Amino acid sequence: MLAVGALVPIGYVVQAAVAMGWAELSALVFRPKVGELLVNTVLLVVIGVPATVVLGVGGAWLVERTALPGRRTFAVAFAAPLAIPAFVASYGWASAIPSISGLWGGVLVSVLAYFPLAYLPALAAIRGLDPALEESARALGMGSWAVFARVVLPQLRLAILGGALVVGLHLLAEYGAFAFLRFDTFTTAIVTAYQATFAGPNAAALGLVLAVLCLVLLGLESLARGRARYARIGSGTPHPPARLELGRLRVLTTVGAIALVTASIVVPLASVVRWLFRADATDLGGLAPATVQTLGLSIGGAVCAILVALPFAWLAVRYPSRISRLLEGSAYLASSLPAIIVALALVATTLALAPALYQTAFTVIVAYVIIFLPRALVPLRAGLAQVPESLEEAARSLSVPPWAARLRVTAPLLMPSVAAGGALVALGAANELTATLLLAPTGTRTVATSFWTAASSLDYPAAAPYAVLLVLLSVPAVALMFANATGRSLR
Amino acid sequence: MSSRLRRALFLPAAVAASALLLAGCAAGGSGEPAADPDALVVYNAQHEELTQEWADAFTEETGIDVVLRNGDDSELGNQLVQEGAASKADVFLTENSPAMSLVEQAGLLAPVDETTLALVPEQYRPASGEWTGIAARSTVLVYNPDLISEDDLPASLMDLAKPEWKGRWGAAPAKADFQAIVSAVLATQGEEATRDWLEGMAENATDYRNNIVTMKAVNAGEVPVGVIYHYYWYRDQDAAAEDSGNTKLHYFGNQDPGAFVSVSGGGVLENAPHPDEAQQFLAFIAGEQGQKILGEGYSFEYPVGSGVPAKAELPPLDSLDAPVIDPSTLNGPEVIQLMTEAGLL
Repeated sequence: MLAVGALVPIGYVVQAAVAMGWAELSALVFRPKVGELLVNTVLLVVIGVPATVVLGVGGAWLVERTALPGRRTFAVAFAAPLAIPAFVASYGWASAIPSISGLWGGVLVSVLAYFPLAYLPALAAIRGLDPALEESARALGMGSWAVFARVVLPQLRLAILGGALVVGLHLLAEYGAFAFLRFDTFTTAIVTAYQATFAGPNAAALGLVLAVLCLVLLGLESLARGRARYARIGSGTPHPPARLELGRLRVLTTVGAIALVTASIVVPLASVVRWLFRADATDLGGLAPATVQTLGLSIGGAVCAILVALPFAWLAVRYPSRISRLLEGSAYLASSLPAIIVALALVATTLALAPALYQTAFTVIVAYVIIFLPRALVPLRAGLAQVPESLEEAARSLSVPPWAARLRVTAPLLMPSVAAGGALVALGAANELTATLLLAPTGTRTVATSFWTAASSLDYPAAAPYAVLLVLLSVPAVALMFANATGRSLR
Repeated sequence: MSSRLRRALFLPAAVAASALLLAGCAAGGSGEPAADPDALVVYNAQHEELTQEWADAFTEETGIDVVLRNGDDSELGNQLVQEGAASKADVFLTENSPAMSLVEQAGLLAPVDETTLALVPEQYRPASGEWTGIAARSTVLVYNPDLISEDDLPASLMDLAKPEWKGRWGAAPAKADFQAIVSAVLATQGEEATRDWLEGMAENATDYRNNIVTMKAVNAGEVPVGVIYHYYWYRDQDAAAEDSGNTKLHYFGNQDPGAFVSVSGGGVLENAPHPDEAQQFLAFIAGEQGQKILGEGYSFEYPVGSGVPAKAELPPLDSLDAPVIDPSTLNGPEVIQLMTEAGLL
């Protein structure tokens, strides 16, 4: 049932394609414009993903294993861009350098906005490494680079692939940042087609191609992940690693790190603050209602996503089977599609099946659950895996009924994962643009949609307060993510 | 360090998260936010600021609340068609005519009150009386005199498809505003010529996101000329001329498609939950008070009803020598189709 819900968007795209028939579909898919979009989108992923991985893994390595000056500050600063939504970053850059546009503008802004998604898992993984392995390699005569390439990198493979996949899917789904920079991808073109026709055949055909691209990305990741496994018996007691002295590279890496922080945080925030000082007091009137509506929708989304994710995670951890893996996979697949497709699917579905739910907060929250389910699923699953089943069994052997054992033993141990997952979903929902615009009840204005309305008509001063608010609302969730990434090694 | 940091960050975050969860459940229990069932629902593709001014003045006068659902002409028009009888909309306001015709042809509009129609001269509303014009806007060529002399400007909008204009003009094809201009090309020049012109455009023009961005690009010297509607330029001139200080306007006149005057529409939905209030709102907009808000306020669009004059800075509407087109014959879907085929969408 849950999986069926998650698959509504896929079903919608496929159904629209089938309804169109091959002739119309092929006419819409095989045309020069689609080729152009394909080139743009593929180039974006091919350039953007490796760049984010290099920055993310390099940054994590620098702050964890080298004597980089100010590394503790950098450790936080490299995660901080996550609090600045990509479309706010593009607004910041576009108002600092108005001519920024096209592929290079899109790559620049999206890499700066998304490299923390590769950085955080890499950071967590590097912290979890036992430095003894590296020391052995060194003792056997390997140089620093060789140790990094042959000992460290292979152990980071899963973290790197996971980060790369998440970044890739974000690049495919991003709308606001690229629309702002006049860089056409499938997602921006789908939104354009939607504005021209509202759920017309053109939007559906482009959606089909995009769904295929998402599948290719998922497939590539699972192929690269392969079946290789790393086994260790117990975690031992790793001692703190010896930090690598950077020597002649010290100045260069420090300058690089400062440049990265400047480009990813200082430039966007400086633009936002500059415009904030020019904002009218009249621009501030909408802030409070927008905040209330944003909190209501994103918290509702977070609560529901957790509730939906719990049984998925439970099945996956306690009853691993082909079916539970399939269920989990369907959740990832559905959420890999851009929000605009999910929204179009829900418009069509509610209008056809349940008109009473059309344009209600309920439908918005359903969309958030579909789009952000993996954000709740991943931490819940990890948290559940760490709760020994034997604790529950012990409680039951003391004649506590099963449901009470779950509630009194397992649930409290799961709370940190619930908080982390919920915060991640709420963060995503608060920054969500296209699905909110489409599905929300008439009169709804979230912080993100208000920002977008003002920024689209180039009313930078009116947009600035909303941009600041979006950043402030994001800080707690990002802090939680950072705490999660850096805490894992201590368990 | 990290354990301290983690504790320091985790506790407040976890507390905040659980507090928010509780708040969320409470809010979820007390029903959904905002939606007032008695409020008049306006699907608004006109500029949000203008319609909000209308709505506020209307609420003040009548006590009837108004909520806006904002979007683009085609987006909201197609949405209304898709929603059909299930729609919650009372009133539809557009920037241009094609989206209004689309809804009219789907049989979703109720006849506008005779008294309201009488406020608007015949050339600014369809003969059917299913909707009415509420404002008008003129197509213009914005140009940068540093990059092109007045003598080198095109004589007709159609010239911009010629090879010598490659890379030298900009427009916002994704927006309903420009699509309305294409519908005028289609209405005056026929399908074949329109197809050729759009192919030339796909070859020559730079795509911008909207009229403001187009004007800004001309101002910044990215392209010498751009096709926009007149009031964006006048508004910017009236403010600080930040995005138009280096530019001038060229009116095609001559009944050229480039002199097209686009009529913004207002209509009442056949299945409107509040039909009487909806008619009242439309009468208010077309009436003297509504047209004055339009004519004297920030808008710089042309009033079309109740004899209210436009701002003095604007050339008079009847001096523009626009092509004569019945607004209800402008065809949105065919234009979208042609533009998609030309690779512009």
